[in-house]
Amino acid sequence: MGKKAVILLSFYFLVTVNAYGKETIKLGVAGSHSGDLASYGIPSLRAAELVVKEINTKGGVLGVPVEILAEDDVCKPEIATNTATKLISRGAHVVLGHICSGATKAALSLYLDAKIIVMSPSATNPELTQSGRYPNFYRTIASDDAQAKLDVDFAINNLKLKKLAVVHDKGDYGKGLAEYAKKFIAASRKAELVLYEGVTPGALDYSALVQKILRSGAEGVIYGGYHPEAALIVSTMRKKGMKTYFISDDGVKDETFIKVAGSYAEGVYASGPKDVSKNPLAIAALAVHRKVYSAEAGAFYLNAYAATQCLLTAIEKAKSTNYEKIGAILHREYFNTPLGKISFDRRGDAIGVGFSMYQVKNGAFVEIK
Amino acid sequence: MDYFWGLFISGLTKGSIYALIALGYSLVYGIIELINFAHGEIYMIGAFTSLIVVSLLLMEGMTGWGALLLSLIVAVIYAAAYGFTVEKIAYKPLRQASRLSPLISAVGMSIFLQNYVLLAQTPDFLPFPNLIPEISFLKRIFPLMTPAEIAILLTTACLMVVVTFIVKFTKMGMAMRAAAQDRMMALLLGVNVNRVISHAFILGSSLAAVAGVLIATHVGRVNFYMGFIAGLKAFTAAVLGGIGSIPGAVVGGLVLGWAESFGAGYISSDYEDAFAFFLLILILIVKPSGIMGRATQKM
Amino acid sequence: MLRRSFFVSLWFSFLTFPIMVIRVNTIEKTVNWRFGNLLLVAVGSFILSLLWQYLFARREKMTKNNSAKYRAILSRFFSGKIRFVVGFAVLLFPFLLSTYHINVLTTALIYVVLGLGLNIIVGLTGLLNLGYVAFYAVGAYLYALLNHHFGFTFWICLPLGGLVSACFGLLLALPVMRLRGDYLAIVTLGFGEMTRLVLENWSDLTYGPSGISGIAPPTFLGITFGIRGTMIYLYFLMVAFCLLAIFLVRRLRDSRIGRAWVAIREDEEASRAMGINTSKAKSIAMMIGAAWAGMMGVVFAAKTTFVNPASFSFLESAMVLSIVVLGGIGSIGGIIIAAFAVILLPEYLRFLSDYRMLAFGCAMVVMMIFRPQGILPYHRRTYEFKEVHR
Repeated sequence: MGKKAVILLSFYFLVTVNAYGKETIKLGVAGSHSGDLASYGIPSLRAAELVVKEINTKGGVLGVPVEILAEDDVCKPEIATNTATKLISRGAHVVLGHICSGATKAALSLYLDAKIIVMSPSATNPELTQSGRYPNFYRTIASDDAQAKLDVDFAINNLKLKKLAVVHDKGDYGKGLAEYAKKFIAASRKAELVLYEGVTPGALDYSALVQKILRSGAEGVIYGGYHPEAALIVSTMRKKGMKTYFISDDGVKDETFIKVAGSYAEGVYASGPKDVSKNPLAIAALAVHRKVYSAEAGAFYLNAYAATQCLLTAIEKAKSTNYEKIGAILHREYFNTPLGKISFDRRGDAIGVGFSMYQVKNGAFVEIK
Repeated sequence: MDYFWGLFISGLTKGSIYALIALGYSLVYGIIELINFAHGEIYMIGAFTSLIVVSLLLMEGMTGWGALLLSLIVAVIYAAAYGFTVEKIAYKPLRQASRLSPLISAVGMSIFLQNYVLLAQTPDFLPFPNLIPEISFLKRIFPLMTPAEIAILLTTACLMVVVTFIVKFTKMGMAMRAAAQDRMMALLLGVNVNRVISHAFILGSSLAAVAGVLIATHVGRVNFYMGFIAGLKAFTAAVLGGIGSIPGAVVGGLVLGWAESFGAGYISSDYEDAFAFFLLILILIVKPSGIMGRATQKM
Repeated sequence: MLRRSFFVSLWFSFLTFPIMVIRVNTIEKTVNWRFGNLLLVAVGSFILSLLWQYLFARREKMTKNNSAKYRAILSRFFSGKIRFVVGFAVLLFPFLLSTYHINVLTTALIYVVLGLGLNIIVGLTGLLNLGYVAFYAVGAYLYALLNHHFGFTFWICLPLGGLVSACFGLLLALPVMRLRGDYLAIVTLGFGEMTRLVLENWSDLTYGPSGISGIAPPTFLGITFGIRGTMIYLYFLMVAFCLLAIFLVRRLRDSRIGRAWVAIREDEEASRAMGINTSKAKSIAMMIGAAWAGMMGVVFAAKTTFVNPASFSFLESAMVLSIVVLGGIGSIGGIIIAAFAVILLPEYLRFLSDYRMLAFGCAMVVMMIFRPQGILPYHRRTYEFKEVHR
């Protein structure tokens, strides 16, 4: 009899594991909150926290408070699927994330199945919106074809380079950008692609690659990928005395790149989201971050701020958490964000958001007009 | 032609590093017939220790290769200590056991050390300052090589001479060779085999630490995972050259370094890591005792 | 004994000083002195050293075979009513728990079957295979590719995955036929790593590091389930697989080939002298083990709907190996317990999950020294003849 009671009690406990919590609007925040790409994910998490705090003090959304469900995917696609499953089973209504294109791509079909809208502040792989396979995906950053075009145009028109090498990290983001760069270089007919190589992230040294760049006679390298590899490639090149130009993407336009590469970072070009620091909403958002976290906001902070605002405002305006209704609002309405007044086209790309080129001058990234 | 020499030199550099680590494998395997899986982690610990010391010294204002040298000495001491400790904990109790047990223990130790450093320090790739000065007359003689590469080659060459001297002419070296040849007999003849084994570990670990410091300053970054792949390849080099043989470790290391470098340069840089394993399987099928091994080695 | 521990503690405090106490971050250019850790190491190593010496003294006794006692306890535990209740609970679990828990349990079951598969290679035959993950990857990618390009369904790919992996097993077995222990280990490790490298770099075939997403989950007679439904379906599937695997291993163990394997493990030369075709037996062991891993790979791909090379690293092989070693080489019950421990503990003790790999490494070393036969060792039934005095 005692045994039966124990068993029944344990069943009861198991059932109550599924007990309902208080009613809230659940905002899933998925991204790299730890690991070597954490500097991309943490600013977005903080942006979400600040926006949610402000909205909750004003009464929340649809009359209930907003709750953040944060899950770490370390920017790894294979972990992102677990993250997505967790967020879905925890009842997320909308998701801010993921941060890296590869991770986002891996998780999207799961969200699509569950009819959850996903908005990313930083995943720039064009396929995510252009393939049409993910109608539940939106982003508050321009996609990589625009970025690649900017990089190539800058190299050819501004730096007047004739021989270009394109290198990537074989990941969704880096390789995607590199493929577009290759296409644009060929289309321009003003420069020659002398080398197209992929490197393995995490390798101990890239001297073979650098040798190849040297041999190819490239005047500039366009690199698609993230800052750890970029830092190593640039330092290896500079140590060998190579003066080759280095142009990269928003995965490299990050303070950590400058810290890791040190003096070798000087002169490196990288494209990134347009500087909107004159926008009053942006100024306010940056000030709030400074006050609460006693530090300057990092990469994609404003993009994530805007995305969170769009998502929550859309729910409010749609008067429901229904997938179709929120989507309709996102396509139809304009939102006032730190990035300006933006909306979303039928593929999910943001209207009113762009890239510009930056260069490392005296240890910091400076926008080039 | 410059391209060829560039690859030649990076192969030589990489090969020297592999040779230093491979020596450790050979020394240990020769005596107790165990693949010390944790050896790669000792190399990594040497690099990390050196990074810590260098950072402290740089903060105190010490610069240049003096700091590097000091950190090298500290790294060697610590790596030797780690090697010694690992042997005492994970291998000594299992000397009488079947072949499987010490092997699994070694794998376990390797995983343990990796994660120990990961948790105690950081998963990030930490940059290592470039401390080897440019010496102008060397730059003129060897224009294609960076100062770090020159340092690696010189250091490796010197150490090879030192190790050969130790093994051939000192009492401990003779004891090591005796124990490698026939452990039971050496024991019967009064050799303190336990001490010999510890010495082998200490010597091997010291060499690995030097390799770790050299690589750290050459490449410019350290990471908790760097020992795994390096260790694997160095073991391949040891087997390639004939495990248990000291010149074999050197030959194997250089062959592997060049194979990787030229393979990556002329065939495909994607599969750089695969060349090592491919060579290994080839050698084990064709001549299992390695390039310089004796054919009487038990397979 | 105390004096020894004191010196040991001193030694470890010295040894771990740089890495444990001084935390350098050359990116931020900070140095962090954590003397708390020094105290931790000093005290910890003192206590552990005492424990170690104590256990060492009793080592002889520990390695004695007392598994018979445990088995008696276990079989009493699992008899009659309890068996019914446990079975009932197993059937009921998925309907009471959230998707997250079902997911974790299913993962644990996958590792149980992987452990049983590797057990055939390492446990029964004694071939130390450190590249088991390669077969797992082959199965997963087979399903991913066939599904992505041709729309093959789960049930078609399941046996195909097993078959193709078995071929890979044969491919690995051929060159390593003559190698013994240590060389075998390294070569199999290399094989595992090479497989991962090929998956990463042959982008035309495998889509490289970005992997393959949108893999179809399994259907039941044409019905597709939602997320929760699929999870429950996979759970029951895995329970069925586990039972099948247990049944098969049991039968294999007592079969002719099973005995041949154990003979090879114990003494290869003698087995050959006794007329056992060791090459054939070893190949079969490799193939069967590989086939199981391949099928589990298919299940894995269906479960996560996404594969990429990063999921198939040496880490996976090490985890499965540690499950086999910790559970007891050759022991089914031990492997089940070990698999659950290895998968469930880090999940449910979240704060410990960072230390998971550390614990593995530690456990592997400790187990080998103090209890090499594992948690629940397996001993073949032996018959003893006692002299009957007339």
